Amino acid sequence: MSRYIATRAIRGANAIVTEAEFMLNKALAEKGADAPISFPNTAYYLPTIFAMTGIAVEKLGQLKDVIKHARELLHPIPSNRHWTPYLGETLDGGMATLFAAETIEAIRFLYDLQPEPKPGFQLAGGTAYPQLGESMEGHLNGPIDDIRLRSWGISLVDGRMPGFAAIVGCAKNNAVAVKIVRELQKRNILTFLCGNVNGRSIIDQLQEEGVELGYDTYTVPFGTDTLSAIYPLGFAARSALTFGGLKAGMAQDILLYNKERVFAFVLALGEVDDLKYAAAAGAINYGFPVIADTVIPEILPTGVTTYEHVVSMPFDKIDGADDMEKAERLIQKCIEVRGVKIKMTEVPIPVPYGSAFEGEVVRKADLRVEFGGKHSRCFEYLYTAPLEEVVDGKVEVVGPDFSAIAAQGNMSVGVVAKVAGRSMQSDFEPVLERQIHYFVNGASGIQHVGQRDIAWIRISNAAAEKGFSLQDLGKILHARFHADFGAIVDKVQVTIYTDPAELEKWLGKAREAYDFRNKRLADLTDDKVEEFYSCTLCQSFAPNHVCVVSPQRLGLCGAYNWLDCKASFNINPTGPNQPIKLGKMLDDRRGYWSGTNEYAAMGSHGVVNEVSMYSIMENPMTACGCFECIVMLIPEANGVMVVSREDTSMTPAGMTFSTLAGIAGGGLQTPGVMGVGKFYLISPKFISSDGGFKRIVWMSSVLKQTMADELKAVAEREGDPDLIDRIADEREVSTVDELMAWLEAHGHPAMIMEPMF
Amino acid sequence: MAKKREIQEYTIDPAAQQMIIRAEELGIGTAFSRADNMVPCNIGAAGMCCKQCGMGPCRLTKNGDVGICGATLETVQARNLTRAIAAGAAAHSDHGRDMAFTLKAVAENKTEGYRIKDVAKLRQVAGYYNIPVEKRTPEEIANDLADLYIAQFGQQRGEVIPARRAPKKRQEKWRQLGVIPRGVDREVVEALHRTHIGDDQDYVHILQHAIKTGMADGWAGSMIATDISDILFGTPAPVLGQANLGVLKKDMVNVVVHGHEPTLSEMIVAASQDPEIIAYARAAGAQGIQLSGICCTANEILMRQGIPAAGNFLHQELSIMTGSVEAMVVDVQCIMQALVDLASHFHTKIITTSPKVKITGALHMEFDEHHALSIAKNILRTAIDNYKNRGEVQIPDEKEDLIPGFSHEYINYMLGGSYRASFRPLNDAIMTGRIRGVAAIVGCNNPRSKQDYLHVKVVRELLKQDVLVVQTGCGAIASAKLGLLLGEAGIEQVGAGLREVCETVGIPPVLHMGSCVDNTRILTVLTQMVEEGGLGDDIDQVPAVGLAPEWMSEKALAIATYCVASGAYVIFGGASPIGGMPDRVDDSDKVLKYISAGWEKDYGGKLEFIADPDKMIEASLAHIDKKRAALGLPAWDPNKFGRSGDAHMNELEALPLEARRAAIYGLAAD
Repeated sequence: MSRYIATRAIRGANAIVTEAEFMLNKALAEKGADAPISFPNTAYYLPTIFAMTGIAVEKLGQLKDVIKHARELLHPIPSNRHWTPYLGETLDGGMATLFAAETIEAIRFLYDLQPEPKPGFQLAGGTAYPQLGESMEGHLNGPIDDIRLRSWGISLVDGRMPGFAAIVGCAKNNAVAVKIVRELQKRNILTFLCGNVNGRSIIDQLQEEGVELGYDTYTVPFGTDTLSAIYPLGFAARSALTFGGLKAGMAQDILLYNKERVFAFVLALGEVDDLKYAAAAGAINYGFPVIADTVIPEILPTGVTTYEHVVSMPFDKIDGADDMEKAERLIQKCIEVRGVKIKMTEVPIPVPYGSAFEGEVVRKADLRVEFGGKHSRCFEYLYTAPLEEVVDGKVEVVGPDFSAIAAQGNMSVGVVAKVAGRSMQSDFEPVLERQIHYFVNGASGIQHVGQRDIAWIRISNAAAEKGFSLQDLGKILHARFHADFGAIVDKVQVTIYTDPAELEKWLGKAREAYDFRNKRLADLTDDKVEEFYSCTLCQSFAPNHVCVVSPQRLGLCGAYNWLDCKASFNINPTGPNQPIKLGKMLDDRRGYWSGTNEYAAMGSHGVVNEVSMYSIMENPMTACGCFECIVMLIPEANGVMVVSREDTSMTPAGMTFSTLAGIAGGGLQTPGVMGVGKFYLISPKFISSDGGFKRIVWMSSVLKQTMADELKAVAEREGDPDLIDRIADEREVSTVDELMAWLEAHGHPAMIMEPMF
Repeated sequence: MAKKREIQEYTIDPAAQQMIIRAEELGIGTAFSRADNMVPCNIGAAGMCCKQCGMGPCRLTKNGDVGICGATLETVQARNLTRAIAAGAAAHSDHGRDMAFTLKAVAENKTEGYRIKDVAKLRQVAGYYNIPVEKRTPEEIANDLADLYIAQFGQQRGEVIPARRAPKKRQEKWRQLGVIPRGVDREVVEALHRTHIGDDQDYVHILQHAIKTGMADGWAGSMIATDISDILFGTPAPVLGQANLGVLKKDMVNVVVHGHEPTLSEMIVAASQDPEIIAYARAAGAQGIQLSGICCTANEILMRQGIPAAGNFLHQELSIMTGSVEAMVVDVQCIMQALVDLASHFHTKIITTSPKVKITGALHMEFDEHHALSIAKNILRTAIDNYKNRGEVQIPDEKEDLIPGFSHEYINYMLGGSYRASFRPLNDAIMTGRIRGVAAIVGCNNPRSKQDYLHVKVVRELLKQDVLVVQTGCGAIASAKLGLLLGEAGIEQVGAGLREVCETVGIPPVLHMGSCVDNTRILTVLTQMVEEGGLGDDIDQVPAVGLAPEWMSEKALAIATYCVASGAYVIFGGASPIGGMPDRVDDSDKVLKYISAGWEKDYGGKLEFIADPDKMIEASLAHIDKKRAALGLPAWDPNKFGRSGDAHMNELEALPLEARRAAIYGLAAD
């Protein structure tokens, strides 16, 4: 709380409890203690009172106990000097307010003053009151009936409906009122309307604008006074009783159930008076935060609510070009403060979508356009930004679309995702980025291979004909990140770059990030950890392949290192990256542990029984097809060659990369051939049991160039600063004979090393 | 002879300074001047003297020295420390035992003036031990609880029952290490036995029993004392109180209660409000009776009734120096024998009341719970009768308001109200980094250091670093005297994140949790924090630290030991009683190192002695940050938080109506 709010809320609570008591005494005198009390069409008696206190109010006289209890919850307003704590006292005042409000509404029913009469108003679906001839005309809704509770409540608690907004007051103008409701409707968020400012309610505003209000439009006008806010809170209490298996009187459990399961918030529009503060304190007991569009003191520490308790977003100060944009931002903020998880059940693109399409290949003949591959560049980059800097759902294409590209042509594309989330950590970035592969592959007629700056996307003619565009790549990512990683991602914004200058700029940033992620691992060594991680991300392509990722040997795709696996495990403890307890060390040199062997047998479904972490010659690790490089034995040279995926030329082995890939991939152990991540080359554990880095006799020049600094450092580590120059590449050498001559001429150390096998 | 210090070096409290000047003018000695005159024995201070038998005392001051029996320096130091811990545990526990007997007497309706004030707490505590509560009178429940608690002292086998209130993981650790006390008395007796000549002579083994003995205090004797005090006199909740010598009244009969137990002082509080006694005081020419407290008796009645505290430990003599105290009523612990002689210079009567404590020359009016109220009234009448003998009075103006009363039950309530009470907001604040960690700054005054200086220095600095401070005992009164226990004054002196939390809840940044026996409340808070989730699964993972900057009593050592056993890092100021002389005697700090590194290995907590307050603060923050990192919490960032609160709103509220409307609501709704 703040003392300012506490003062007003406690003052408001005292006033409303007194008013309720007065009304009750008057009603008792006029109607008698036995007068029946109920909310029509609902079970659970007076639901908030019933849920919190266990008192099943059926007769007017029973309300005396309720008011007595409410009185016990009241405290004096905090003094200016010598504060005593006020948070607990204010929350108690909030509960007292709810009990008083429910008492008053119940008495009003007794006097036929509820549902609130509203001449000329037409509900678009609502509670049917027999005493009103079941007419939907001339009154507001009053409490939500049980039929609607069942259909909405279950959706609310199981997450199909993201949450509800209790709007209290009156918007800046009619247009803003409409925009606010539309924004909420767009997100499937139930909208409950209550209250007024100086006699004018948002219900009036919407009515004037001809907005249909009622069950049919997911907007419920409860009443034009603040007290009617008891209906949404009663609805929340009933949801917990109906769907949470909780019993009346289990107040703390019911409130915590709402905090954890019902993503509701209060949006206070316009001036906040004592009674609104008091009712807001009641809502905070449920874990429902309060957002105001005026200046009120903020309460940002968390605890009673999951995130901030009270947030002030003065409407005129909201960053936005016009009122419409401001209204949109206001709703975004509400969603953020409550942590409402927007679930995308459908991926809104013009082609079918589902995991069934993941393994689909787009052949050359069917190809409309490709990004990446041999003739162009495609990269993917995901990074974290502060919540306020990310506009959820925004997809932007910077540069031309592919409409001008000839059939079977290509273009360079950069896919940049900016995400934000309360639980998001920068450690998770590579993990999420690697998901792009799956997410894009799920679209029918789209093929995705690779990752980072060697991604390769193909769009088929069929998909293009159905209207698949670059925008849709962003829509896929937005939908899937929310659906699969909602626990950590709250907002996703995607920008697709095709403009060459922008693309280059972002490629630079992406490469800096890749580099940073690679180097972060430098200090971790295999002997310092007790567990490695499995990676079965690629089992959709190579069902029997298992990557074992250690600090000194990253995944062969190059996108997942040990830290990434660890992060991935944190995000999703039952996901594709599981810790492998090393267990007993069996062979230090070749890298066998009881734990890794057991895991290999299990993960490969019995195909592979042993895996050596540090050898290419004995039980080498298998590969799917995503490797960055292929390492292959050249028997004549007593060494190995390393071919990069980006190198399309002929190698001394007499095969190009694409031919070799067939031998290296597929999850089979082939001694002498191994697919690896390029950063494994510089690890001290690179085929260390076979002699290590000095065994490299030939290497694609692209690796020499892109990893020049790292390779130089390795050469120094190996005690031969000129080692890289002694290694041949495709510019000079493309046959074994040429290779042997080169090695002789340059004095390559492999020539005098002990035989590899 | 040591050098006489300047007045400013004795104390930072201006009230105390005035009274010390007065003492010097009158030529009366105080603990301050005696500390100057009495140079501590350097061998004893280092724990290197063994006087356990008639062959000695043996002074082990050179390399390789052993006692006549052959006891090594480690053995001697471990014995000395263990005996001190046993004495401290005995003091607290005997207090607890008396409380248990009082509860029993109340349950049997054999007392005068007492009743069970907090039935809710009685039912809650009974619930911990499966004592049936439904459809039973409070007296029936209390009778069972009293029997159970009384049995804890003489229990010979098994485990003391309050230990089951610790986090599960901690209990398992204790069982593995074999340190859960069997019964309170048994562990204290065994401590004395083991440290007798020719018994346990392996320092690690001796110190393992020191842990067990300390636990008999914290997880039994003290915990029992606090539980029962709350049941009988009410669980504290925030009230307004005052502290320092300025609470003494010129025109009223001043009665100062001093010592540790609430049983008598609560009755004196009741008696002092009796119309008959007030009339008696008026008849004696006074305006009434002003009751105030010193030391932990003060804390007991300050926490529950807001009765003012005249000061902490070193104020006992100074309050008499005002010449305004008609009677100082004492019970047990930390009562200086010097009071009697000092009082002889004034009209003050020193009245001893405990059957356990007589002081030569003092008036003894023995207290007995069966006639509690009558005895309390008699004591007050004696004080009133003494009013006419008052001489020149000099009462310092200094006093400060404070809000004490933060029992763990109230803390739980204040963070969520009746319906949502929990430690979640506190844990959240620590997890996000608004609160960097928690420091319990407790313990005594010690005239060898500047009174209150270390307490206040450490408290102030940690508050600036967003560390929430909880205090008990004399340390709490030190902070109270400086206004740190007041919300509106205190929060101006703290880091932005902590301020935000204080303002949200309406608390001062320093929470007064009670007397020194109430340090077990801190154990309960830590346990509840662990159980709330997000801060690990045992106390040693919580980013928290315990400090006793000005410690002096053996009870402090017992408290330190049970805190270490519970997983806390405990830092003491001043000198270690077993510090050795590592610059002169090789390895003479082995035990000192063991209770740090060795205990940390086993318990996750450790005890260290750091004299320099800056280093104390540094070590505290380093520990808190280490624990944060281990939990994977974000590193503390002083600039991240502090945006919320009332300040902006209050500025706007001060604007003229039109401008205020525009600023707060923007354009009026159409």
